[in-house]
Amino acid sequence: MNAPLPRSGALHAPGTVLTGAEILWESLVRVGVDVVFGYPGGAIMPAYDAMARYPMIHHVLVRHEQGASHMADGYARASGKVGVCVATSGPGATNLVTGIATAMLDNVPMVCITGQVPGALIGSDAFQEVDITGVTLPITKHNFLVRRAEDIPRVIREAFYIAASGRPGPVVVDITKDAQQGSCAFEWSDAPIVLPGYRPERAPLARELEEAKRLLDSAERPIILAGQGVIRAGATDLLLELVGKRDVPVASTLLGLGGFPATHPLALGMAGMHGEAWVNKAIQEADVILALGMRFDDRITGNPKTFAQKAKKIHVELDPAEVDKIVKVDVALVGDVRDVLAQLVPTLDEKRRPAWLARIDEMKGDSAVRDIQALPDEGRLYAAHVIHDLWRLTEGRALVVTDVGQHQMWEAQYYKHDHPRKLLTSGGLGTMGFALPAAIGARFALGPHPIGGADPTEVWVIVGDGGFQMTACELSTIAQEGIKIHVAIINNGYLGMVRQWQELFYGGRYVATPMKSPDFVKLAEAHGVRGMRVTARAEVEAAVREAQASPETVVIDFRVEQEDSVYPMVASGKDLDDMIRRPERKHNPIYETGED
Amino acid sequence: MKQTRTFVVHVEDQPGVLDRVASLFRRRSYNIDSLNVGRTHEEGISRMTIVCETDASVARRIEANLYRLVNVLRVDDITDSPRVERNLALIKVSAGPDVRPQVLQILSTVGARAVDLGPDSVVVEATGTHEEIERLAAVLAPFGILEMVQTGLVAMTRAAERPQLSRGEAA
Repeated sequence: MNAPLPRSGALHAPGTVLTGAEILWESLVRVGVDVVFGYPGGAIMPAYDAMARYPMIHHVLVRHEQGASHMADGYARASGKVGVCVATSGPGATNLVTGIATAMLDNVPMVCITGQVPGALIGSDAFQEVDITGVTLPITKHNFLVRRAEDIPRVIREAFYIAASGRPGPVVVDITKDAQQGSCAFEWSDAPIVLPGYRPERAPLARELEEAKRLLDSAERPIILAGQGVIRAGATDLLLELVGKRDVPVASTLLGLGGFPATHPLALGMAGMHGEAWVNKAIQEADVILALGMRFDDRITGNPKTFAQKAKKIHVELDPAEVDKIVKVDVALVGDVRDVLAQLVPTLDEKRRPAWLARIDEMKGDSAVRDIQALPDEGRLYAAHVIHDLWRLTEGRALVVTDVGQHQMWEAQYYKHDHPRKLLTSGGLGTMGFALPAAIGARFALGPHPIGGADPTEVWVIVGDGGFQMTACELSTIAQEGIKIHVAIINNGYLGMVRQWQELFYGGRYVATPMKSPDFVKLAEAHGVRGMRVTARAEVEAAVREAQASPETVVIDFRVEQEDSVYPMVASGKDLDDMIRRPERKHNPIYETGED
Repeated sequence: MKQTRTFVVHVEDQPGVLDRVASLFRRRSYNIDSLNVGRTHEEGISRMTIVCETDASVARRIEANLYRLVNVLRVDDITDSPRVERNLALIKVSAGPDVRPQVLQILSTVGARAVDLGPDSVVVEATGTHEEIERLAAVLAPFGILEMVQTGLVAMTRAAERPQLSRGEAA
């Protein structure tokens, strides 16, 4: 018979002699952790055994450690707090790697705790030994190998501080089994952390601010390019103030969506490879670009040599290593977006720009009449329709987690995010399999699930049939936790984005992209959640409403048009306004959002 | 415009720090010409001299990227500063009794010295810039170089100031 697990726990007073495993949980509680995502194994067993004495931390048992890292990531993106995952040594630790790299590329604060073989065995190729600090060195903000119980409190404090401060990122804390088993007097300090080589705070110089103001004052056709830094810094209100004063239209990066309300009259939408036509054109026509908390990713710039040639560029960015990396800028304001805007915005006077806004409206209006949303229902089910309907039925307030590929771009085009932290997606690494586990993490960040109609705390996964199968095992985690998430599979029977590239750039040779999937309805039911199938536009609303009203997780298999493509598209390395357009109506029944 | 740039990097003397610095250069495809690392007079602080061929814009990002490493205390690009640079080389030259006087003559001319005399060989110690060492090696080559090792460049500015290590600033 199983030994009963304790129902309540209390922290020990500093000075008490505890095991390293207990000290780990004492430390995690003290830095504010309330949920961890993990999977046990030999080298982390002492920590798991001690965990039962700390029920104030909820442990979510995942089905694969990659899921644990994405859950910690989703929790962090949704909450702004540090997400935590736990795994054993060796394969447990290496299974976290994709999730760690995902978090690194998107600046997600995360702490990954891994067990390590006993210190005496390190370097001996012991069972389940892997040099995880070595493996994760290039994909973490920092990492630690802890060999002694007494070092655990300091390392946990430092790890959380490093993960969350400055430009956030993942931190790995690898703890040997004997450090978990060893005992020492538990010491805890709340004193400020001093790391002599770590300097997360930065501020621009006065003359740089003046130069930025001078450029902004001189602008006739300015554009703001808003990235994730706006969301991280919580600078939406200042951005709204700036836009209100100066009539500056705002284009967003993928990760910047929601940092500026999408339904604001001056919101342009997403820029870049699958940005709307008017956004990319406006960028190429702009004379001043104010880039806020973004890093000129190649998916945003197209050919960097021809990117926004007419524009003077002001780059507000926390990390000086990003300045001039891809695009040479005229002024760099190195600092937190909120701090910089707080200094800059009050110095700017009001200015109206009817000519520039009229020019953009002209480009926009031309596209609006051809918008796919305006097309009549011809009996086909298009992904764009499904996502548009989801936006409508969730009143634009849901937290949406997308995977990677066509559906991700359609979501970015058709789900209008008005609030920050409501779109979670793997932008930098482009990790398929991210969505479902990240949504589980987000669910824990937002608290208990709503049942009924549209609710700002409902969580929707939008995922392709390929990406869903990469981490579908986490449906069991959902069932075991009794949580509710809505899952919309945009099922086109292909690895759609790769298929699209094959259609456009590889002579239509569909190599290894047609994909047979299991019956997703039965798969959902086999995992103990509900499954539904939708094959026509007319069925979308009822299915979404039914999912919202259901007390349990519902997986909806949307069988969409198989060979639809995302338009417009800037081919890799091409100029930003050199866009591939959707073929005309006589060749293809749907139009893109942009002009032809 | 690419030029040879010299960075002085003060780091915490901890396991893995060299790995982190080397990994950064590898990952970002910054090519290292030479890297030297050793302890300083201050407990717990090591000092690296890193030489690489690059332009000013990349050099600035190398500096910024080094600062992203938590264990890096201070980075100075001393390329444009008045400085002392030294490279130490040991060169084992094949030199039997017949040619030994010639070898020793060369050494005294260039200010290098013999630190070990074997029956058929001489171990030469030389310090200087990379170019000076290369020139000496070229002169010794006809005798037959059996083995050669260089430390890589170590460098120090001439300014009479102590690098502030507690809170460095990126340029």
